[in-house]
This record gives sequence, C-alpha cells and structure tokens, in this order.
Amino acid sequence: MPSFVMYLVHTLFPHDVLRPTELGADVMIIATGVIIFYVLTKQKKWLYLWREWLTTVDHKKIGIMYLIAALAMLFRGGVDALMLRTNLALPSTPVIDALEYNQVFTTHGTIMIFFMAMPFIFALFNVAVPLMIGARDVAFPRINAMSFWLFAFGALLLNISFVIGGSPDAGWTAYPPYTGPMFNPGPGENYFFLSLLIAGIGTTMTGINFLVTVLRMRAPGMTLMKMPMFIWSALTTSALIIFAFPPLTVALAMSLFDRIFGSSFFTLGHGGLAMMYVNLFWLFGHPEVYIVVLPVFGIFSEVVATFSQKALFGYSVMVISIVSIMVLAYGTWVHHFFTMGAGPGVNAFFGLSTMLIAIPTGVKIFNWIFTMWGGRIQMTVAMLYQMAFIPTFVIGGATGILLATVPADYQLHNTYFLIAHFHNVLIGGTLFGLLSGLYYWWPKMFGHKLDERQGKWAFWLFFWGFWITFGPQYLLGLKGMTRRIYTYPAGFGWHTLNVISTLGAFVMGAAFVILVYNIIYSLQHGEKDLTGDPWNGRTLEWAIPSPAPEYNFARIPVVHERDAWWDMKQKGQTLAAMRPEDMRTLELPKNTPIPFLLGFAFFVVGFGMTFEWWYIVALGAIGVVATLIYSGFDYDEHKHIAAEEVLEIEAGLGRVQG
Amino acid sequence: MSLPVEDEKIIQHVPAEFSDEKESIKITGFWMFLVTDVLIFASLFSSYAVFKNQVAQGPSASQLFTLGPVILETLLLLTSSFTIGLAIYAMRKENKRALMFWLILTLLLGAGFVTAEVHDFVTFVSAGATWHKSAFLSGFYILVGTHGAHVTFGIIWAATLLFQVARRGLTAVTTRKLFTFSLYWHFLDIVWIFIFTFVYLNGKIV
Repeated sequence: MPSFVMYLVHTLFPHDVLRPTELGADVMIIATGVIIFYVLTKQKKWLYLWREWLTTVDHKKIGIMYLIAALAMLFRGGVDALMLRTNLALPSTPVIDALEYNQVFTTHGTIMIFFMAMPFIFALFNVAVPLMIGARDVAFPRINAMSFWLFAFGALLLNISFVIGGSPDAGWTAYPPYTGPMFNPGPGENYFFLSLLIAGIGTTMTGINFLVTVLRMRAPGMTLMKMPMFIWSALTTSALIIFAFPPLTVALAMSLFDRIFGSSFFTLGHGGLAMMYVNLFWLFGHPEVYIVVLPVFGIFSEVVATFSQKALFGYSVMVISIVSIMVLAYGTWVHHFFTMGAGPGVNAFFGLSTMLIAIPTGVKIFNWIFTMWGGRIQMTVAMLYQMAFIPTFVIGGATGILLATVPADYQLHNTYFLIAHFHNVLIGGTLFGLLSGLYYWWPKMFGHKLDERQGKWAFWLFFWGFWITFGPQYLLGLKGMTRRIYTYPAGFGWHTLNVISTLGAFVMGAAFVILVYNIIYSLQHGEKDLTGDPWNGRTLEWAIPSPAPEYNFARIPVVHERDAWWDMKQKGQTLAAMRPEDMRTLELPKNTPIPFLLGFAFFVVGFGMTFEWWYIVALGAIGVVATLIYSGFDYDEHKHIAAEEVLEIEAGLGRVQG
Repeated sequence: MSLPVEDEKIIQHVPAEFSDEKESIKITGFWMFLVTDVLIFASLFSSYAVFKNQVAQGPSASQLFTLGPVILETLLLLTSSFTIGLAIYAMRKENKRALMFWLILTLLLGAGFVTAEVHDFVTFVSAGATWHKSAFLSGFYILVGTHGAHVTFGIIWAATLLFQVARRGLTAVTTRKLFTFSLYWHFLDIVWIFIFTFVYLNGKIV
C-alpha cells in the first residue's frame, strides 16, 4: 500500500510541478477554491448555481459562462506571457529555466488560441446571433450546452497539467517526433492532445449548431442578403470550423495513439512521416486563424455602422469578400512551413494564394473606412477599438505579405518577426475586436453599460502596450532573434529591444487589470440600460429589453430591410407595444444536467488516459455512454411558458400597451 | 404603433420526420454532422494514401490482404444498407412491425460485418502485422478501424431506437431519429465502398 501511495505522489507531483511558481499557483488555486466554496455555502447558492447555470440551455447564459471562462483564460495566458517576457528582459539571470520556459510558451499559445479566443468568440455568438436573427434560441440548445461543457472540461484538463503531472512543452503546434514517447515521456503532451480532442468535439458541435441556426432559424423575411454582417461572419466561421476541425481531430488522435498505443504514424522509425502531422495540423491551423478573425470582422461591421449612424458601406461586397476569405483560407496552409522544402512550384502556389487573401481583406478595410466617411461618429470604447484595429491590422497584414514572400520567409521563418506578425493580427485584430464586441454587447448581456471612462483608459493602455511590446519584436526578428529561446548571450544587440518589449507587456497587463476593475465597478455603478437600445442600434437585438427575457422575443418580428431594427424605427414601429391578445404560449428548451455530466465524464476519460490509468478511463467511458443513452431516452426536452405569463413578464418590462 | 409580427407557420403535408419544425431542423443538423464525418474520413484516407508505401519491415498491402473475408463483409454491409432502406419505407407506410423487422435485420447484418472485420484484424495481428510495425499498418488500422467503430456505434444507437419505437410508436421524434440513423447507415456504406476500392482492391491488385 505505501508503495502505491508513493507511486501516486511521484506520478501526480513529479519534480517539475514542485517549482516555486507551481507551488505558488497551488496555494492560489486552493485559496480561491476555499473562498468560492465558502461564499457559495454561506450565501446558500449551490442550488442556484446548479439550477440556473450548470444545467442551463439558455444561449444567453451559456454565452456569459463562455465569457467568464474566456476572461479567466485571458488572465492565465497573460500571466504566462509576462513570465516569458520577464525572462527575456533578464537574459543573464533567467527567472525560469529552459524546461519551464518551454512549458509556459506552450500553454500560453494553446490557451490563448483554444481556450481564450475561441470561447470569447462563442460567447459573443451565443449572446448575439439568436437575438440578431430574431430567434428564441439556437438550433440545438442542448448540444450548445454540451459544447460549452466539453470546452470547459477540456480547458480544465489542460490547466491542471500545470500543477498535476507536468505541462506539455512542445509548443501549441506540438510537432512530432518531439511529442513522441521516446523524447517526451510523462503526462504533459497527453494532457495537450486529450484536452484539445475533448474541447475540439465541443467546438465542432458549436460550428454545426450555429451554421444550422443561421440557415434555419432566421425571422421571417430575413433573407441571406438581409442578414447583419455579424451573422454572415458567424455563418462563414461555422463553415470554417466544420471543415477545419476534423483534420485536427485526426492529427491529434494519431499523435496520441503514437504516444500511448504504440502506433507508428509520425515516429522516426517504422516508416512514420512526421511531416504528415504538420500538413494535417496546418490544414486545420490556417482556417483556424480565420475562425478567430472573421467573427471580429463581423463585430467591427456592426460597431462601425452603429457608431457612425450609417448603413454599412458596400454590404454585398462585404459579403462577397468574407465568403472569398473563407474559401481562400483552405488553400494556404503550406505557407506555415515553406522551409519544409516542397519545391519552388508548391511554395510559389501557396505564397500567391496567401497574398490573394489580402485583396478581399483590403476591400473590407476600405468599406469600414467608407462607412465612417460622412457619418456622425461617436467615440465610444467599442468604436475606439475599431479605429485602432484598422491601422494595426493593416500593418499586421502587410508583414504577413512579407512573410508570404517565399525567399523572405526562408530568412524570417521562426524569428521574432513572425512572432510580431501573428500577435499583430491576433491582438490588433482578434483581441481588439473581441473587446470592442464586449463593450458593445455588454448592456444586452447584463442590462448596464461598462464605464466608458475606465474603458478608455484600458483601451489606450492596450493600444500603446501592444505597440511597445510588438514593435521592437519586428526589429528583433530582423536582427535574427529566433522564437522559443529562454535566454540569449550578451552582445547580440537584442537586450534593449527585449527590455522595451517586456515593458509593453506589463502595460497590457495593467490594461487587463483596469478592464477587470471596470467590469466589477460597473456591476454596481454602471449606467443602467432601460430602453434596451443604448447605442441607437440597427439590428434586432436592440429591439428587445436588456437583458433579454428568457424567450427573447415575445413575438418574432417580420423583417423587411437590412438593419431591421433601424428600419422599424424609421417606420415608427416597435416591439414594445404588445397588446394582451398578441401574446402566444411559447415553447422553450428545458434545463438538463446531461451536458454537464457528459463533460465531466469526458474529463474523467481524459484524466485517466493522460496517466494511462485504464480503470479510470473505463469508468469515464461508461459515464459517457450512459449519459448519451439517457439523453436518447429523454423526451422531456421542452417546457412551455403560458401566454399569460409572457404577458406578465412583458408588462413588468413596460412593453405592453395601456 | 403597428407591430411588425405575424403568426408562426406550421409545416404540413410532409413525411412524419419533417412534420415538426424543431425535428426537421435536427435533420439539417445531422447532415452537417455527416459533413464533419466525411472530413474525418477524408483526412484518414489521405493519410492512408501517404502512408501506403511506408511499409518498413512489415508486410505490404498485397501481402497482407485476402479478398475472401472482405467480399463477405462488403456483401453484409451493402445488404444492410438495402434493409435499412426497406425499414424507412415501412416507416413511411406507418407499418411499425415491418419497420422493426427490417431494422433488426439491419442490425444483425451490421453485427455480422463487425464480427467478420474483428476476425480479420485478429488474424492480421496474430500473424504479427500490428500497427506498431509500420506507418502503412497504422494508417490501415485507423482508417478501417474508425469505420468499424462507427458501425459498432450505429448498432448500439439503433438498438436504443428499437426500444424507443416499441414504447412510443411512430411519432415526429422517433421517425426523425430513425431517419437520421438511416442517413448515418447509408453514409457508412458509402465509406465502405471507398475502403473496399481504395484500400483492399487497390492494395491487392495494383
């Protein structure tokens, strides 16, 4: 028995999770856990948590849960980034060693892409898409909740690797053969593959869900060409997810099998081909960068039209360009590894196809500028992010064109020039867009605005922090500094620029702190949104109260024009003047614990498989099968809200005549 | 103030599985799921094509495969695709007994397929052709094995459907579930035709 205990302790807590940073994290995690447990017990909120949140299938609540998770992951990924930057500012006295540095940049990348950007996007999809198309929920509310819990437990699995067993350390791309068992023993990479597989199932289901929602759930009269641009971006993003995630699933599964079931896909011996993984990974990976950027194009299209008080310029061209970006996104994956040596023909093709994407993207940039042209621009925080996005993203795009030039890429490949480029588009594009969307839709989620003054502080710090961090990194790349090094010798002329870059990272850290303070401050002091239309909006979500009632629309509106709500306002129409006889009994999805239990069962499978403890895997697998079978036999999916009850709620919101 | 609303419409005069708007949307969703599954198999097929000649010290495709069992598996699965078609035909005629009969027959044929395939795999492995041996074998087992796992999952799924139909009869929900199952089953049949052609025939003859 004692030897068993020793085995457990050694497996779960090897020396690399007993470093000071990890132990500090342990203390924080336990302390936070105790505080949450105490508060929930003290306030008697456990049942509330279970009934209202953990078992919910309401898209608005799922959106809020995604948002909370995304902000928590932004914190984790941000702390990782600060650790990396601190190390590079102090090359002669590294704070963390090479192994830990590898682990930290791996989790930084993985978390920021899969567990920050994606859930943040799904948060805004969940909150806005059904409301914008005039629907009562997404197409598959229960599957929506399953997607969330698979994501959440996947994220949990990756995050516990930090304190239990050891983190993955092969980068967010996890190239073999380094991920093979020979070079990378221990549970780290198992955590990586399993958490992404579990979260990936959820993401694929989200893609299907929103594609069908947009195709089948639109309000009467809302034809494809009358949809808001954000809905177009949700449609194209979902299509990208559906086409991009299967190759990732296959690549991750093959790598995992190489590790724990002894197959020979990407091994060095037995005829394995490591470059096959790289192809499969980027077959996913390139569409992925559009998965995280197209929604942002949609957000900015809404924000710029709303705050310029003008219809979006060149709507149909915007649609054509977003669809062409979607299609072109599949034809560029080899540009991530020009140095593989596929030959000039192949590289020229992928270089050109990459440059081709600049055309539709450039069209979009001009259309946003022309939307502002002659508009009455309101400088809200959401609009500031839009204004900052345009120059930042243009520079990021231009350096992308430089990298797409194959001969230049042979020089710039894997240098800080590349690092600066993709942070330029991912922060200047994705993060700015998501924060813009956060400020824009916050009133719809919570019924109050975020404080604009504090928001502007956070904005300017993010903006300048970003440029101070990544501007010098372009120069470092040109000076030959390669990525993924934890220290460097003196005398290369890299030190000053690295110190500046690190200062910028801390400025962004300060911006994040202000953002969080703003959220907490505004819960108490934020300007209440009583009309449901705080920005004088254009699309249907602003036609209903903030926060939206459970059923969203007491009656589904009929759409005649693009920017349906703006059109209704021009015609003097409103959804806030119902009569008692207008009310109908509504059918809504009913809460269920199945999604939460399914996510948990998958977590058990993932955890067991990470350590190759097959009894635990079997236990989790039984849980998965049992949950699915139970779900199949559960016909009690819907509940009804009686017309009288709807009337009462609407009257309480002051939206009934007389 | 006018209200920009009208009454929500109800679809009529369509087969039972499309009769309820919410259920009909689920059929659209299932088609989208099949798209993702097509892409899973597309990734596996392309990997197999790349790995095919990476036989290392292991056997090659033509040394390994014997077409006899494969043709038996093909016959079983193709017949089951016919019987599930008959099951859906009976469902449309609202003939529950005939539906159950054809569905059970489909499952038995599917189970026969899986048994033959497992037997095939066991033979290969006992001859030393494990997937550790070569990238070719890894690619082969994961492609054909994923298909076999899909068939196995389908059998369990349809078995639960049998109970639901027996208990609840042919409603909008149960017919939708049966219909999506039939889509799934036909899809697996199509994938098998590709496996039969590009893996077994191609491996044996070319």
